[in-house]
Amino acid sequence: MADHAPAILLIAPLFAAIAVTLAGLRRPARGAEGPDREAGDDSVEFPPFQEDKVCFMLTLGALTVSLVAALTMLGQVIDRGVVRYFVGNWTSPLGVGIELRVDHLNALALVMIATVALLAAFYSHRRVEDETPGKSPQFYAMFLLCAMGLMGMTVTGDAFNLYVLLEVAALSGYALVAMGDKRAAVAAYNYIIIGTIGASFYLLGVGYLYIKTGSLNMAGIQEVIAGGGLAGSRTIQVAFILIVLGVWIKMAFFPFCAWLPNAYSHAPSSSACLLAPLVTKVSIYVMIRMMLTVFGPAFVFEAVDWHGAVVWLASIGIVVASLIALAQTELKKMLGFLIVAEVGYMVGGAWLANHNGMVGAIYHILSDAFMTLCMFLAAGILIHRTKREDIAGLTDLYRKMPLSMAAFTLAALSMIGVPPTCGFFSKYFLIRGGIEAGQWQYVAALLFASLVNAIMFFRIFEKAYFGELSSEAPELEAEGEDDGYDHRVDMPPAFREAPLSMVAPLLIASVGLLFIGLNTREIVTVIEQTLNLFALAGGGA
Amino acid sequence: MDFLHDILIARLNYWIYVILMMIGLHAMIAKNNLIKKLIGMSIFQTAIILFFVSVGVKDGGTIPIVSHHGHDDAHAETAHADDAGEAAGHVDGHGEIDPDAHDNPLPHVLMLTAIVVGVATLGVGLAVSQKIYREYGTLEENELLEKIRSTDG
Repeated sequence: MADHAPAILLIAPLFAAIAVTLAGLRRPARGAEGPDREAGDDSVEFPPFQEDKVCFMLTLGALTVSLVAALTMLGQVIDRGVVRYFVGNWTSPLGVGIELRVDHLNALALVMIATVALLAAFYSHRRVEDETPGKSPQFYAMFLLCAMGLMGMTVTGDAFNLYVLLEVAALSGYALVAMGDKRAAVAAYNYIIIGTIGASFYLLGVGYLYIKTGSLNMAGIQEVIAGGGLAGSRTIQVAFILIVLGVWIKMAFFPFCAWLPNAYSHAPSSSACLLAPLVTKVSIYVMIRMMLTVFGPAFVFEAVDWHGAVVWLASIGIVVASLIALAQTELKKMLGFLIVAEVGYMVGGAWLANHNGMVGAIYHILSDAFMTLCMFLAAGILIHRTKREDIAGLTDLYRKMPLSMAAFTLAALSMIGVPPTCGFFSKYFLIRGGIEAGQWQYVAALLFASLVNAIMFFRIFEKAYFGELSSEAPELEAEGEDDGYDHRVDMPPAFREAPLSMVAPLLIASVGLLFIGLNTREIVTVIEQTLNLFALAGGGA
Repeated sequence: MDFLHDILIARLNYWIYVILMMIGLHAMIAKNNLIKKLIGMSIFQTAIILFFVSVGVKDGGTIPIVSHHGHDDAHAETAHADDAGEAAGHVDGHGEIDPDAHDNPLPHVLMLTAIVVGVATLGVGLAVSQKIYREYGTLEENELLEKIRSTDG
């Protein structure tokens, strides 16, 4: 079984998605009447609920299997080095067969993806019926396909296969976004147009690579490029530009970022919790994989001499996105622009062309996935409870929702970069890399972004701690459905905390931030196992 | 004329795909109607499919089906293969099969998948357009933006 872990990782969510779709077929189409979740999850008399529950259980089960497979592979990789899995046991000397290849880098990324998807699925349990009434089987099917696509992009060792899985993740992502509020369809439409351009550029780049190298296997392409002395080839350079451009569009790197904030703020919160932490991070992983494994650092940093320009672009992106985020009045929009700034951190770090920058970029993929998950889970819970999307509505929350706010605070501190959390360590590596590379504008941009984050989040803390209850508050609270709100004095202040199935993932994710932060040494050791193969400047410590 | 031959005729397939791709890209970005944008998207993707398909074809190559394994091949004309063909055709180990006489099937097979992806993208795009039309009653982008501004303030 353990030998087939790379395949099981993908097959579990894929088959579960089919099963969920089939379970959904049995269900009569229903209108928009929101079912009453108060009735209790164990109620037997409502058959539709049963199917929702089956779908939810299938989703959880499949993602758990994937998580176990990912952990198994992480163990195998640490013990024995790179795991190679040939689909259908078809090995071809030309690299035509599809290979799944797990090294230290993507073993970590896979564990991250499976964990985030699992936590997001837990959170979605209570929200799906409210946000997408009557469509939860479809929601879970898309959710599973998206998670499968993202894990596939990470695990695959084949450049064309990556394109297909990229599109599987993207197409289900479009559907997940479009399920949101009234404007979501428009946001999803723009996302489709931009996303398709990005993916098509990637495909075109793969085409040029194939013309020149005759291989689709990532390692095979690298062998041909390095062995055949193709670094100076115009075709390979065009392929590199197209692929990098395509991936940048997909990850919303600064000039191509217009679609992201709208898409994530109008999507249903349960979709946003899956998409926001993962889609951009996995695209960054793909970029790093392309830079290191496919083209090789010798080509990326020496034959093509633009890393200086890219770091400048990243620095400008960080500053601009942070400032726009500061100007936002809606919580989710603000988080959307923060993601754009974080993408700038990672792209800049990866293009610093030295060891510490790359370690920082990879480490930040992990930490940022959990930070963003935390942020979007917290935003979903807070907006669900306060019924307000704007930051001004977050008054007096520490008293009412201490657990959610504690987790939110931890995530915010991590975004700012306060020591015990993982955000500090990623910034530490990135800034060290920036100093070593002499890219001072990047260092300045990082520090500036931390400052802006501090202002932004302390503004929210202030509202939530000291903000007076606004005059509308009682009326708003009366809308809270399932907790029978009352103003009686004897009511414990924690009474308005969101249901456990929503808060628990948030708490786990926020503990994850501390866990990653405290285990920095181990994680960095694992990252370096792979990085040391590539002989980046300042590495090999 | 040599110049013309090298730039234009020898690379005709590249020119066609680039022109088609630019037409598609222009439609995706500049057209006002959402359906026209999707049509542009289809042209854009088709251009890439054409590119891949043209790359797999060889002068004098035939369909890559080996009917009687081992004692092929009547079509051993002097065929000219591009880089991809040389690298990925049936090299060695297959006896007398001449890779130059067969088109390279791999890009074509890849494009089957890409066509499926393109159709799926178009389907999702049309479904989302339909949803937009139901919500806002228009598919013209300028009217749509006006309506969004007036409702959301």
